[in-house]
Amino acid sequence: MLRDRTVQGLTIALIALLVISFFVPSWIVNQMLFASARAIVVIGLMVLWRTRLVSFGHALYFGLGAYTVAMLSRYTPVTDAFLLLGAAAALATLLGFLIGFIVRRYRDIFFAMLNLAFSMILYGILVKTEALGSTDGFTIAAPTFFGFAFEDAQEGKLALLCVLLVVGWAVAVGVQMYLQSTLGRLTTAIRDNEIRVEYLGYSVERAIHIKYVLSTLLAGIGGGFMALALGQVDPDSMVNWTASGELVFVTILSGPGSVAAPFIGSFVFEILRTYAFEWMPHAWQMIVGGTLLIIIFFMPGGMWALVTRLVGRRGAGGAPGMGH
Amino acid sequence: MDTAITILLDGLVFSSYLFIVSVGLTIIFGVMKILNVTHGSFYAWGAYTAAFLIGVAANAGWPDWAGFGIIFFSAIVVGLVLGLILERGILQFMYHRDEVLIVLATFGTFLVLEDVILLVFGVNPYFAFQPMALLGSVQLGGIARDTYGLTLIGLAVVVAAACWLTLKRTRWGKLLSAVIYDREVSVAMGLNVTRVYIVTFTLGAMFGALGGAYIAPTVSVAPGFGIDVIVLSFAVVVIGGMGSVPGAMIGALAVGLVRALAVHKFPQFELFVIYAVMATVLVFRPEGLFAPVKVRKI
Repeated sequence: MLRDRTVQGLTIALIALLVISFFVPSWIVNQMLFASARAIVVIGLMVLWRTRLVSFGHALYFGLGAYTVAMLSRYTPVTDAFLLLGAAAALATLLGFLIGFIVRRYRDIFFAMLNLAFSMILYGILVKTEALGSTDGFTIAAPTFFGFAFEDAQEGKLALLCVLLVVGWAVAVGVQMYLQSTLGRLTTAIRDNEIRVEYLGYSVERAIHIKYVLSTLLAGIGGGFMALALGQVDPDSMVNWTASGELVFVTILSGPGSVAAPFIGSFVFEILRTYAFEWMPHAWQMIVGGTLLIIIFFMPGGMWALVTRLVGRRGAGGAPGMGH
Repeated sequence: MDTAITILLDGLVFSSYLFIVSVGLTIIFGVMKILNVTHGSFYAWGAYTAAFLIGVAANAGWPDWAGFGIIFFSAIVVGLVLGLILERGILQFMYHRDEVLIVLATFGTFLVLEDVILLVFGVNPYFAFQPMALLGSVQLGGIARDTYGLTLIGLAVVVAAACWLTLKRTRWGKLLSAVIYDREVSVAMGLNVTRVYIVTFTLGAMFGALGGAYIAPTVSVAPGFGIDVIVLSFAVVVIGGMGSVPGAMIGALAVGLVRALAVHKFPQFELFVIYAVMATVLVFRPEGLFAPVKVRKI
């Protein structure tokens, strides 16, 4: 594990980011929070994308994670960040495990559509239920860490970022090890030829189910962190199909080349959004849509391909392109 | 009894609207196997163009009934322009690629067009009430209903009949049916698939734009107008069977009636029921309720 260059790089990046986060202005801390929370979700979607599965409904698990954190901190005395996030992860995983039995039989646009339908069910419930905050959502109090509450809001954010970075590192390393395992290597094999994988004696449906549950676990964790980082939840930016589309966009933008790619892609996404809203408030979607088209047509490896080309070495794990 | 009539009428009006909006989506999917997210843009562009032109016409002193001409004119122009630009400019380079990637490309195009709308028409909402005000209202089932909404039912019947006649009774329709049934054999028989694709996509775009243009007088046309319609029309075509015109009709009726029932009896389930039906159909009949069983090709 320690020989793996990706793991080495991730560890160095973690230490660097932890140090940096104490010196950067607060708005960058916020950007790092949002970017890392989203990156955790995107890692899960990347695992699916490597099998050529695109879910247009992972906002279901993202939103479920966020709303679990929000509901618990609103209606119960639980304020501990780890308990809140653990609950978010557990609920998202449980739902993903159950729904996984259904979606694992589907491919292509049917996979995308079925996920879309499930996520819109949650959206429909949230928007029409007053007790769940309806279309406005609601705000969340700052969490505590092992019983320790920060007086200063900014210090609380910084503490959350440290936790988030460590969790993000653990997730990236874990997924990297998974991808290196036999089960993980089936990812691209299934994409290339399902029937051959079956002939080799592996169950394609079971492998896809595992990937799916992994992606829902990560979406739940990411959603929980996002809720804590934003201090609020609402259905339109977290559960509606456009939120799922945003997650898919960041996945494509990052590229499937490495588990580190989602962090770069998410950070670029957050920075782009901040400046787009400031300078060209009516061009945000145009930038996102245009970028998506450019990547599909000209840069199948996404941001990661760009990074590796600049650095001048090939990404670890043999970056699968988009193919035909 | 009155409630039952109200629910039925509400449901029928909404079903008609859904059918007009989704028939273009299902035709495009049937022929080209493209799940077209840009359909929401056609809808929004149709609505904006119609609302804008109706406003211009009203200021220029044109009679109110001219609005109906403007609605159909807008649908045709928007469908022609956007349909041709997208098919020739983007989609024709995507046909050999993954279905999922094509969905993503149409999603990207949709996002771009959303902002182009803002650049062209601005961020303020448009109100084009003239055609609706012209028709007034009628008493039905104990409550006053606007006549304009009821004309949607007539329009849906006309659209459905036109589709049926075209597909079953004309040479073009038979060519389309051939491509829907088996693309490769059609190509082998010497059919010009490129031309079929262009015509299909433009026609589908026109229907999408017509849905938006016709609904424009009843609502305020504001930014984000096409977003909800995309998933709604997805639900309709999935329920009925993607690519099938009668399927779109059945899907629209199912969604429209179920939603009307929910709105009147259990308002908190209005959106829930639509997508619950969609998920259920996908789980038990992924090809949709009325699509023919696909023969597996090796």
